[in-house]
Amino acid sequence: MKLKALAYKLRQDTVDLIRAGKAGHIGGDMSVMEILVELYFDQMNISPENMNSPERDLFVMSKGHSVEAYYSVLAEKGFFPKDQLHKEFSQFGSKFIGHPNNKLPGIEMNSGSLGHGLPVCVGMAKAGKMDGRPYRVYTVMGDGELAEGSVWEGAMAASHYKLDNLCAVVDRNRLQISGNTEDVMAHDDLHERFRSFGWHVIDLADGNNIDELKAAFEEAKTVKGKPTVLIANTVKGKGSSVMENKASWHHKVPTDEEYTQIMKDLEMAKEAYR
Amino acid sequence: MGKTANKQMICEVLMEHAAQDKSIVALCSDSRGSGSFTPFAETYPGQFVETGIAEQNLVSIAAGLAKCGKKSYAVSPACFLSTRSYEQCKVDVAYSNTNVKLIGISGGVSYGALGMSHHSAQDIAAMSAIPNMRVYIPSDAYQTKDLTEALLEDEKPAYIRVGRNAVDPVYEEGQVPFVMDQATVVKEGEDAAIIACGEMVKPAKDAAELLALEGIHVTVIDMYCVKPLDQETVIKAASKVKGIVTVEEHAPFGGLGSMVSQVVAANCPKKVLNMSLPDAPVITGTSREVFDYYGLNAKGIADKVREVIA
Repeated sequence: MKLKALAYKLRQDTVDLIRAGKAGHIGGDMSVMEILVELYFDQMNISPENMNSPERDLFVMSKGHSVEAYYSVLAEKGFFPKDQLHKEFSQFGSKFIGHPNNKLPGIEMNSGSLGHGLPVCVGMAKAGKMDGRPYRVYTVMGDGELAEGSVWEGAMAASHYKLDNLCAVVDRNRLQISGNTEDVMAHDDLHERFRSFGWHVIDLADGNNIDELKAAFEEAKTVKGKPTVLIANTVKGKGSSVMENKASWHHKVPTDEEYTQIMKDLEMAKEAYR
Repeated sequence: MGKTANKQMICEVLMEHAAQDKSIVALCSDSRGSGSFTPFAETYPGQFVETGIAEQNLVSIAAGLAKCGKKSYAVSPACFLSTRSYEQCKVDVAYSNTNVKLIGISGGVSYGALGMSHHSAQDIAAMSAIPNMRVYIPSDAYQTKDLTEALLEDEKPAYIRVGRNAVDPVYEEGQVPFVMDQATVVKEGEDAAIIACGEMVKPAKDAAELLALEGIHVTVIDMYCVKPLDQETVIKAASKVKGIVTVEEHAPFGGLGSMVSQVVAANCPKKVLNMSLPDAPVITGTSREVFDYYGLNAKGIADKVREVIA
């Protein structure tokens, strides 16, 4: 399946997972999907076979609340069975917690509290430099997450250490739980902020476009002496008019009626990209 | 050997191993001087990471390094490391189970007159409440050496609090009865027990010697392993004495005294009196002056022992 179609298939899996677990941060799951698909199915050297290799690429899901999308991608990649995921997600005693759990194969670090992923990735990328290993380190942050001060401690250190093996992605969907990010805490000068912290900055007009993501990740690999950030302008709730650009879909379980419409919309998009 | 500060001993032990073990990495938050880690930074620049004054970043970076096979030693003032970085300690170190040893330097009231912002009187309570976090407070440089050697052997998170200044030794060189995660019984007696940690062990031992002159025989326990608390040694001591005194350089709640009291109450109820810093910003002064003011010295501890067995 082409990656563009795969992203919609995994959106369907994610919606089903949220229905099964009766909980989920569905809006951000939908906006981040192409970023994860491009990373896991095109960019990163990571698989169930090499997940313990010191040479593997490393990923930290800093916006840990988009765990349903992340779990769906990892299941598709073969880290654990999709059936088990859907049966156990959010259930009593389950390892499939509502935020990433590194007791599960394929997950490097626990997250959930925002502003941790980038600083942790700085440590991982620094270790790669110390040991002369070729791996790359990736993290995805939400745009609301950028209000956490620890993000900027990490950003400062990443350029100080010249970590060109580190690439961060901002899932810039412009909505957070209380509404528009620009009303809650403005980030519209994001490009300048990261640039002033010494980063190479790539703006993606459409962060849900696999082709744009691929080109940006490839460009990041050519940058020397500084880390790269992709500001991926995405759509929260991407894939169905039921959810798109609606802050109320930050955390929501679709009703039967909504579910039917969402799955129909996602199916149409998937078929269009086949 | 002359008096060596516990923090300096940690650095010396790590330097001894860092030549062979390239996975050892020390991190400082503009704290290499106060942490006595300048020699490490100068000798092993490739194994040293400076994070600047950013303690949250220090801990997260240490966790990321550890995830990639490093033995991370994050060295920072205990006051900042234990509370400003608390969530990073909880999530990135303990919850994610990374091999990070958090070295809290200038712990307790070491910074004396610098005030409450620089005192770490909450760190035992805070760190002990985190699952998968161990808490160690060694009493002298000899014990610190053995503890540091032992910690190099495991891959689990730990918080180690040490003071700023060199302290009088509790043990003799080459004769430290150290067993990992077992409290050290410094002295045995049948009348009362004093259970102390860190810099309070020496005055506890001195108090026992004062009391011996009066015919009061006291067991002194060095509970350097605050978590996991050596319950067996606590119960064994509690079962044979009339009362117990705990002594710690910490707030009165959630520290060694609270933990010992829980164990004693559940297993062999005896009277327990807790000695600690007050539930208030401490009086201005050097750490010695602060200890004396609150009775955290040999005389004060001896008085408390007389009270508990009265």
